[in-house]
Amino acid sequence: MEQPPCWQCNKKYTGLFCAHCNALQCPVDDYYSVFGMERKLSLDVQALQAKFYELSRLLHPDRFTRRSPLERQYSLEASSLLNKGYRVLRNPVQRAEYVLKKEGFDIGEQGTKDVPPELLEEVFELNMALEELKMGDQQARGAVEEARQRFAAMRDEIDRELEQLFQQWDEKHERATLQQIRGLLNRRRYIHNLVTEVENVATLSN
Amino acid sequence: MSQLFQIDFSSAKRKRIVGIDLGTTNSLVAFMDLTGPKVIPGPDGERLVPSIVSLTPTGEFVVGHAARKLLIDQPERTVYSVKRLMGRGLEDVKEELTLFPFRIAPDSGNVIKLQLGERQLTPPEISAQVLLQLKRNAEAFLGEEVTQAVITVPAYFNDAQRQATKDAGRIAGLEVLRLVNEPTAASLAYGLDKRQNGVVAVYDFGGGTFDISILRLQDGIFEVLATNGDTHLGGDDIDNLLLRIALEDIAAEWGQDLSGHGEAVQRLRRAVITAKEELSYLPFTHIQFEWEGRSYRRELTRELFEKLIAGIVERTLEPCRQCIADSGVSVEQIDEVVLVGGSTRIPLVRRAVENLFKAKPHTELNPDEVVALGAAVQAGILAGEVENKLLLDVTPLSLGIETMGGVVSKLIHRNSTIPTSATELFTTAVDGQRNVLIHVVQGERELAKDCRSLARFELKDIEPMPAGAARIEVKFLIDANGILNVSARDQRTGKEQSVEVKPSYGLTEDQVEAMIVESIEKAEQDFKERQVREARLEADTILAATEKARASDAWLDLSEQERQQITEATNQLLLVYHSEDHHLIRQKIDELNQATLKLAETMLNSAVRAALKGTKLE
Repeated sequence: MEQPPCWQCNKKYTGLFCAHCNALQCPVDDYYSVFGMERKLSLDVQALQAKFYELSRLLHPDRFTRRSPLERQYSLEASSLLNKGYRVLRNPVQRAEYVLKKEGFDIGEQGTKDVPPELLEEVFELNMALEELKMGDQQARGAVEEARQRFAAMRDEIDRELEQLFQQWDEKHERATLQQIRGLLNRRRYIHNLVTEVENVATLSN
Repeated sequence: MSQLFQIDFSSAKRKRIVGIDLGTTNSLVAFMDLTGPKVIPGPDGERLVPSIVSLTPTGEFVVGHAARKLLIDQPERTVYSVKRLMGRGLEDVKEELTLFPFRIAPDSGNVIKLQLGERQLTPPEISAQVLLQLKRNAEAFLGEEVTQAVITVPAYFNDAQRQATKDAGRIAGLEVLRLVNEPTAASLAYGLDKRQNGVVAVYDFGGGTFDISILRLQDGIFEVLATNGDTHLGGDDIDNLLLRIALEDIAAEWGQDLSGHGEAVQRLRRAVITAKEELSYLPFTHIQFEWEGRSYRRELTRELFEKLIAGIVERTLEPCRQCIADSGVSVEQIDEVVLVGGSTRIPLVRRAVENLFKAKPHTELNPDEVVALGAAVQAGILAGEVENKLLLDVTPLSLGIETMGGVVSKLIHRNSTIPTSATELFTTAVDGQRNVLIHVVQGERELAKDCRSLARFELKDIEPMPAGAARIEVKFLIDANGILNVSARDQRTGKEQSVEVKPSYGLTEDQVEAMIVESIEKAEQDFKERQVREARLEADTILAATEKARASDAWLDLSEQERQQITEATNQLLLVYHSEDHHLIRQKIDELNQATLKLAETMLNSAVRAALKGTKLE
């Protein structure tokens, strides 16, 4: 995508700052673009942090106190994008959801309440045990803990699968891969919510 | 040796930005000099300005130590701890009112007004008086006008409380370039980044507020990971507890209830505060109080004191635990703990912190001054004088909008790094609807009624259309001060949509403007008068020196023409001496300086010659 010329000196440039007059430009509303990175699903979180700090030094409003109102506004917008981008991109799940959205997928909350059919029986048993625990039956604790571990292990397994699919998409950019990732994310969200709920009940009934 | 602060000398001539700690109990102003942050003392030499404001019967404001005396003599014209009321409504402060002698004016709406003598003043206006005093102190010390400042606020302050602080600055004639969170400011002052990269917790227990922040330090970046706190928990609460006990004690002993007696209560408050402070370094002390010829004396051991305040100290620990959980680090990963605020002098508080964080806390810097010093460092960052440091702070509370059924839809989560923003699409519900009202709240609860109402934003003059056809994109942006800015755009036309802000608590823009106009006029007057006074003092000095020089041998060495020039310049200065124009006085001082240059040189030379000869010059 062609960038418009610099607002200050009207020359061509690429990136966040004009190469000629060093004026900060209106940022493009895209996390990857603010970080100056290609849209990839696998990324090194350590390197992301380093980049985040480096760009913060350049873009933070503290650096623009004595600059023009327009540049101050751009700094506000750019660092807001940077901060949000860092929050989203450092988390694999949020990162994948962001990329799905950018690639035109609908990633609403639908489907997260429905139990995946293959888990029906296990979830039913877990809910029974949870109810008993809530009623004060401490004997149910063992079953609940066992189920928690099982579901947590499932979540870990999904995370490994996701990682592979991330690499696959980064290499080939096939839409079918994203489709798969979306399915996996829905399943993960359901299991993750389940684990969190179990943990909450377990602490509350302690 | 590594440079402590990278200093850009080219900026030396630019306007100076001061750092201000506007505290519940005390306030301070500091600035960056070439060696680092320094607290600016007042004309009385005191570094702390008590946040106490008194209105004299002649309509003058008295601030600080002088006002503290009036707190006892004229309690109905004097107010303290007004920070507790900043950005709050009448409903919020009911509890405070039972403990503090605030006199609320009858027509207080969503902005509280305090009755001070015959005037009614809002908390920002009263805080502005404290800021004005600090501004004057800084101007007198630095010898230049001060118009830009960084002001600190408790990290857990909500939007309304921050806005109120900013308003106070504007009323005092200060452009508030940044609001900085107190614990983060303290971490800047400690310069912990020089020692190592790591994770630091700042425990800030002040006069009226409690904050905890956890930061990651890396190569000069101070990244706040999480913050928590209680904006109504501080040393004041300990004072009130002791005060209540002493009042009950006295009632039992004397058969007289003093609690309705303003002056007696203020004296007794001073007495319990003294006892509290002594117990930080003594195993026991006495609360001593005299009133109308009777005296009350009660022994208080540190042991009993600690039992009494255990509950208050415990209340600081839950926010700490929540903050650790939110920060994503474990207690073991926290490398250092820093103590800030006067209440951290209490040994029990230190022990509680040490137990929780399993680390010996830092106390090297004066806990009363460290926040102001940090504010000065932040001022240095904004001025471009400190280039290697950068603070990345967070918003302490989640931001959301009220949706159907009073449920909150969260747009920005707590502990998000600021600046940050969120965009929502709004539309109309009925055909031809022109306005849309958006209720913005702050807090962690599910229902809007349990959260803090921030403001109602009204999208106005929407083009009439069938229901649901309008597409208004509203952007909620929290800036680096932690203050919300809302803008709206019609998605179809790309045109800016007008938004009217109705703050739930706080002054409207018009009200602030009116207060600024009133105060600036006064401040400018003050500043001018001082300039004139200072110019005259300088004139006195040079006139006296010239007079003395006329009697010296050097005077005789001058040519007739030179002597005439000096006489002429002296007369010129005397002519303008009583004018109100300090520029003119200074101009004539400079001219006399010029005219006497040779005279001064001759006198200096003869002094040097005399000194070399060993003769003593009178």
